[in-house]
Amino acid sequence: MNTVYFLFQQTMFFMIPLMIVALGGMYSERSGVINIALEGIMIMGGFSGILFINRMQDTMSGQGLLLLALLVSAVSGMIYSLLHAYASVNMKADQTISGTALNLLAPAFAIYTARLIQPSHVQQINFTNTFRVEKVPVLGDIPVIGNLLFQNTYITTYIGFAILIIAAVVLYKTRFGLRLRSCGEHPQAADAVGISVYGIRYAGVMISGALAGMGGLIFIIPTSTNFNATVSGYGFLALAVLIFGQWNPWKIAGAALFFGLMKTVSAAYSSIPFLMSLNITGYVYKMIPYIATLVVLVFSSRSSQAPKAEGIPYDKGAR
Amino acid sequence: MKEQRSIIKTLAAPDISKAAGAISSIIAIAVGLIFGFFIMLISDPQQAWAGFKMILTGGLSSGKDFGNVLYYATPIIMTGLSVAFAFKTSLFNIGASGQFIMGAYGAVLVGVKLSSLGQIQWFVALLAAMVFGAVWAILPGVLKAFFNVNEVISCIMLNYIGMYTVNMLVKETVFHQYTNRSLPVAETANIPKMGLDKLFPESMVGGGIIVAIIVAIIMAIILNKTTFGYELKACGINRSAARYAGINEKKSIILAMVFSGALAGIGGGLLYLSGTGIYITVVDTMAPQGFDGISVALLGMSNPIGALFAGLFIAYITVGGSKMQLVGFVPEIISIITAIIIYCAAFSLMIRNFFVDRRMRKLNKQDEEESVKKETLKSPPEGDSKGGGNV
Repeated sequence: MNTVYFLFQQTMFFMIPLMIVALGGMYSERSGVINIALEGIMIMGGFSGILFINRMQDTMSGQGLLLLALLVSAVSGMIYSLLHAYASVNMKADQTISGTALNLLAPAFAIYTARLIQPSHVQQINFTNTFRVEKVPVLGDIPVIGNLLFQNTYITTYIGFAILIIAAVVLYKTRFGLRLRSCGEHPQAADAVGISVYGIRYAGVMISGALAGMGGLIFIIPTSTNFNATVSGYGFLALAVLIFGQWNPWKIAGAALFFGLMKTVSAAYSSIPFLMSLNITGYVYKMIPYIATLVVLVFSSRSSQAPKAEGIPYDKGAR
Repeated sequence: MKEQRSIIKTLAAPDISKAAGAISSIIAIAVGLIFGFFIMLISDPQQAWAGFKMILTGGLSSGKDFGNVLYYATPIIMTGLSVAFAFKTSLFNIGASGQFIMGAYGAVLVGVKLSSLGQIQWFVALLAAMVFGAVWAILPGVLKAFFNVNEVISCIMLNYIGMYTVNMLVKETVFHQYTNRSLPVAETANIPKMGLDKLFPESMVGGGIIVAIIVAIIMAIILNKTTFGYELKACGINRSAARYAGINEKKSIILAMVFSGALAGIGGGLLYLSGTGIYITVVDTMAPQGFDGISVALLGMSNPIGALFAGLFIAYITVGGSKMQLVGFVPEIISIITAIIIYCAAFSLMIRNFFVDRRMRKLNKQDEEESVKKETLKSPPEGDSKGGGNV
């Protein structure tokens, strides 16, 4: 049973950042802008958040510091995503190219800045992890559920689920959500009834920037002890989660859970007695999340629910 | 007269757009370099100019340096051609990294195991690299053509799978235990230097760059002079129209990916058969050349000859950037400059349209003026002395 608890807790560490970033991508794509830059934005968010923790950890620690760092990550991710918004909304640029440029820029910027400002001139930024919650009072004592969800955890898990609920409510139950979806499906019609397509698309990209920035930090904290200018391709995995989740928040949560589980199997196969006894080389397990992605994409891409106007720059004069 | 004009206009349009494309690439390069200079100015005002001068001139400061520019350019020209080829069918081959390392493995495998081939071993090894790269690109092509799987996502997944597969295969077939990397290839598997080592002494350049140039020319011929190339481009411009015209668009998508993968694979072969003491190390990092290829293709406007020059340019500033470390700068500044250039290149459509529009407006205006003139010539108002004599 302990193995099951351990695996579930590990799965949460992988699932939550994937889900948050994919939800961010959902906001951008539902407004009509493809955001392949999620990887780069995650790196920017992780970089600024960890740098903030690195600088402040002498004077602060614990959950307060983590919350502030999350805010820093969200804001820097949002600012960084403005570059993408400007290129794809105002300049009508090719959104894939602009996203690729941001993906190239982020790690270079993170390494350059880290080596410039750190006295040791190394590219890794270290941090002390004071954020782990051993056991949530009261809730952690509930049998089974307490073990699964309220022990050996981070507050980011609960923030993640809160974001999921808020994201779904905003998308489906508010005026803004309706406008966002209409801009992704038929911007000309949205414009005709007086919705600012440019404004909505900016909002969509900026929300994705804030969420991806936070996701970068949330990914780094439980899985590493320093930031080395990479988020291990999580931004790209989040894109796959987004497609597998068919641009729908609840399905995205399910897809993220699936990938989190696959990733856990690949990272922790040596502590699962059954898999260890199979005696398969570790490389096969490392490949599992990516192979699983390919397989599920084959089944989910045929009947794609992608927003209709996704990736097409809005041109007022177009017929 | 007017008809003649409009014919001239239609004929001139692609030329104008080509010229405007080149101009927009140059603007992007200028903006990227200026931005890089500003970052250097902020981080170290005293050394900024010295460092920047090294970026601009470092690649030309000696024969050895220029030879190294050619050496670094070789693999990224190949991955650039790979990405550019896929772009022509409007596919985004972000998977060049996986195809590159697959090709490298194919080359090293033949290079280590088949030394009985003698003098033609390097050529066989290069063919193996091509085949391995091409095979690795079949899957994203098939998934795109038959299952509508976005090739960007499938290529990224195949990059990871390819990296782990190569690590696994190297460990099982051509592994050198103590150095954690592949075994050295046989002497006959190294690509002949073709006299370039005499031309640029002490540098790492070899025959690879010549192979890359030949491949670029072949690719230009395939794209511009064959039915196959025409079909690929037609699919890229308008898939439905291509299907309606009787082109098998599924076949075109798969073949475009296969060719693209073959080019990236050759790139991997050229690097690991260059005889400069380079081995496949068993680490979990992706081959960066695949991603450089995206920059090269974008900067070269998906044109084979353009990619050739773009690859040389990026290799040139990379060599300059590594020299810049002498005055205390971090070489990542080059990656920042490249990223800014690509970001600006994304605007190229806007810049190109601006130039084409302006030129067209000029031509139209001339048309109008001419027709107005004609009108006045045909029916001069009474008492007007201006055109009277001509009628």
